[in-house]
Amino acid sequence: MSFTPHTLEDRDEMLATLGVSSLKELFADIPQSAHLAKLDMPDGISEQEVYDRLHALSHKNAHELTCFIGGGFYDHSIPSAVDTLSSRGEFFTAYTPYQPEVAQGTLQAIFEFQSMICRLTGMDVANASMYDGGTALVEAALMAIRSTNRPRIIVAGGLNPIYRRMLDTYTRNLHIEMEELPFDEGAVDRVKLASLLTDQTAAVIIQNPNFFGTIEDFSDISAMAHANGALMIASVYPIAMGLIKSPAEMGCDIVVGEGQSLGLPLSFGGPYLGFFAVQKAHVRKMPGRIVGETTDRHGNRCYVLTLQAREQHIRREKAASNICSNEALCALRATIYLSLLGKQGLTELARTCMTKAEYAKAQFAQIKGVRIKNSAPTFNEFMLELPCNASDLVAELIPLGLIAGFPLGRYYPELQNCLLVAITEKRTQAEIDAFVSAVKGLLK
Amino acid sequence: MSKLIFEESVKGRKAVSFPKPSQAESAYATIQLPKALAATHPIELPEVSELDVIRHYTRLSCKNFSIDTHFYPLGSCTMKYNPRICEKTAALDGFAGLHPLLPQLRRGEALTQGALELVWDTQRLLCELTGMSGFTLQPMAGAHGELTGLLLIAAYHKDKGNTRTKVLIPDSAHGTNPASAAIAGYEVISVPTDAHGDMDLEAFKTLLTPDIAAVMMTCPSTLGLFERNILAIAELAHANDTLLYYDGANMNAMMGYARPGDLGFDVVHLNVHKTLSTPHGGGGPGAGPVGVKESLLPFLPTSVVEKDALGKYWLRYDKPKSIGYIAPFYGNFAVLIRAYTYLIHLGGNGLKEATEYAVLNANYIRAKLKPYFTEAYDRICMHECVLTAERQMKKGVRALDIAKALIDEGFHPPTIYFPMIVHEAMMFEPTETESKETLDRFIEAMIRIAKEAEANPDSFAEKPLTTEISRVDETKAAKAMVLKA
Repeated sequence: MSFTPHTLEDRDEMLATLGVSSLKELFADIPQSAHLAKLDMPDGISEQEVYDRLHALSHKNAHELTCFIGGGFYDHSIPSAVDTLSSRGEFFTAYTPYQPEVAQGTLQAIFEFQSMICRLTGMDVANASMYDGGTALVEAALMAIRSTNRPRIIVAGGLNPIYRRMLDTYTRNLHIEMEELPFDEGAVDRVKLASLLTDQTAAVIIQNPNFFGTIEDFSDISAMAHANGALMIASVYPIAMGLIKSPAEMGCDIVVGEGQSLGLPLSFGGPYLGFFAVQKAHVRKMPGRIVGETTDRHGNRCYVLTLQAREQHIRREKAASNICSNEALCALRATIYLSLLGKQGLTELARTCMTKAEYAKAQFAQIKGVRIKNSAPTFNEFMLELPCNASDLVAELIPLGLIAGFPLGRYYPELQNCLLVAITEKRTQAEIDAFVSAVKGLLK
Repeated sequence: MSKLIFEESVKGRKAVSFPKPSQAESAYATIQLPKALAATHPIELPEVSELDVIRHYTRLSCKNFSIDTHFYPLGSCTMKYNPRICEKTAALDGFAGLHPLLPQLRRGEALTQGALELVWDTQRLLCELTGMSGFTLQPMAGAHGELTGLLLIAAYHKDKGNTRTKVLIPDSAHGTNPASAAIAGYEVISVPTDAHGDMDLEAFKTLLTPDIAAVMMTCPSTLGLFERNILAIAELAHANDTLLYYDGANMNAMMGYARPGDLGFDVVHLNVHKTLSTPHGGGGPGAGPVGVKESLLPFLPTSVVEKDALGKYWLRYDKPKSIGYIAPFYGNFAVLIRAYTYLIHLGGNGLKEATEYAVLNANYIRAKLKPYFTEAYDRICMHECVLTAERQMKKGVRALDIAKALIDEGFHPPTIYFPMIVHEAMMFEPTETESKETLDRFIEAMIRIAKEAEANPDSFAEKPLTTEISRVDETKAAKAMVLKA
């Protein structure tokens, strides 16, 4: 089975056209000494056997547990129409829209995606998407270095610790210095920030809500960055934009984020969706594909990949980035998701998540020895400080069918007793109550 | 011309409903964010019904050419059929509903044994397919794989105390190669191609100085030709402690016939969205797993899936020489499920057969069109062939015009103006999943176009005529910069 339609007659006729007698002759340019005898792999199996194997593998995963883990990746509800539409072969079996006359579907959908990201973040321009929130943040940092010709980046301590590590990997060989503000579940330390900001600072990076769930108004930080000629970069959670003041209003120059919560399944880490938006002044330094509106020969409105002079296929080693693709199908899902959600829907959904999280916080706060550690408002995720090791507690609750949250000790040794808990609209009151009473029971 | 979804919006209209807070929970709805933190206005998303959304995006989809609807011989992109079983397995609840942080909990790996086994087994199969010692599945695209590979190479040289500042890249290479090398911190030196389409060996020898970290090659090259000097290149490179990087864009030409590892390559990336038939999605998501030889294993990104003596799968984070995190988790997992499904469905014999017919189909097109279009190089090609519009140019008909004329014939155009070293290049990659009848219809269309270029060259400027829109004004798009609604 290889999905090849050729009959033996087809094959022989085609070989005769070429004037060769066997398929093997077509590989004559490969040196004899390097010819492979046979791949050490089992022969192909039928579709049913493949399905059985994969189905069995999928059953070795504990996906049916009630999940209170977030950490930047959330178990939101996905409307059926998202799957239906993104499963259309016309979308998912097309390539990058290089030929605009036969790719208006993909191009218009990306244009709509860019528009929605601009509306969500308040920014002027968004690109066609990046691989994920982490690589989008890395690209934002590299863009700031390019734009300012300065070598230093200041990172707030509330940034997702995995993204923080990714920044190190990608900047290590580029003579870029990363400076970290101390971790704090609450506000960024302005005094320390002021002491680090110099004329060598390219950008300040912040996450809002931060990794610990706390929301912050960072308008004054943007002002401090700008006063030093540095750019302000924020990584944001798109669903929270339904309730939180936009990063543009807080003075951001570059806004990035993980779009998984916009209609993409968790799928064990991907594919996800990085979004990337800038103020207009920075558009020519922006990485990634961009779709623009134009007209055809007859004046009809249409869409096309544009501003390509930034990109690798033209600029090669001088390009703004090496990125060649985007996450078009994921961006399409996000666009459909946001269309289904609509203007009122996003606000309502964000409100539901926050309300449920506040309910949960209030219940946990009543347990003796348990404290909500966030010192400022949160959205749908918060830190529980426990009278015991958080990893122990999570392990104890798994047999009860729930994943209690993410124990922060893994990345912050000083937070061994802290648990990061996320609530989405999918978590029912009954599930929250069961979680609360299970914790209560354990701590007795 | 269709409306934007925003233009279909009617104030107050709604589509789907989401769960609402319970009565007890609603008591907490009064907790509001302080003014400094709160949104100042609702986000202007479209107000439409679910049916509006269904119709809008269904209509949009119909404006695309895709593999499902059209022959799509886009060179270097391997637009082969995307089997539906792969969609079904990727959507299984036990995969789709799995949170990526689960294995980071204490004993959390026990919660994700199926997913980890899939990653581990895919790594193993890719090692066999390419002849490498280890794989990371984390890179989320081909270009991401390139960058990862170069970071591995940088780590290797640093560990050995080598000072290497440059990377050699053939002038026929894809633009991502030099762009990735630059972002990895390297200076790029271009190596010329000789008159037969191979790397210019004499030039290579001169350029291979002690400061060269790696040679990045695509094999077969972007000209669709197998690099006949490859064993000599590998020997020269290794004698200089220069590593050989394999851009896997064209791996569909080699499965079961030769392995990059056996040819001397030290680092490999594969494009699973090309070779292993995961859908292109209109420009992603793809996946670009990277394989390495033994000497580079210590540098692989964090984390690595391993199997213990009891047959349990676990994630190794403790890797002191690792380049670190290149992605948050384990790669584009749902894309990798599709690749794994394809690998075991075809098996060793099926993969080899796919390669054989991919190469047969490309040569068939080449042989049939040779009398009408100039060949870039007169040689047996691998899985794709590069022709040029040079003959038609004499009448003023360019590769772009031929591409647009093909649309009117009901075919997606080939890749054009790439490789950049071929004047008026047209690169055709039919893949193994196209039948002889389809190829024959395509060849007839190309011949009609060649004849039309002779007889009526002026007719091309208007093409395509059969699509909803005609040729677009790209200059206007770049000048006007209307990038959102």
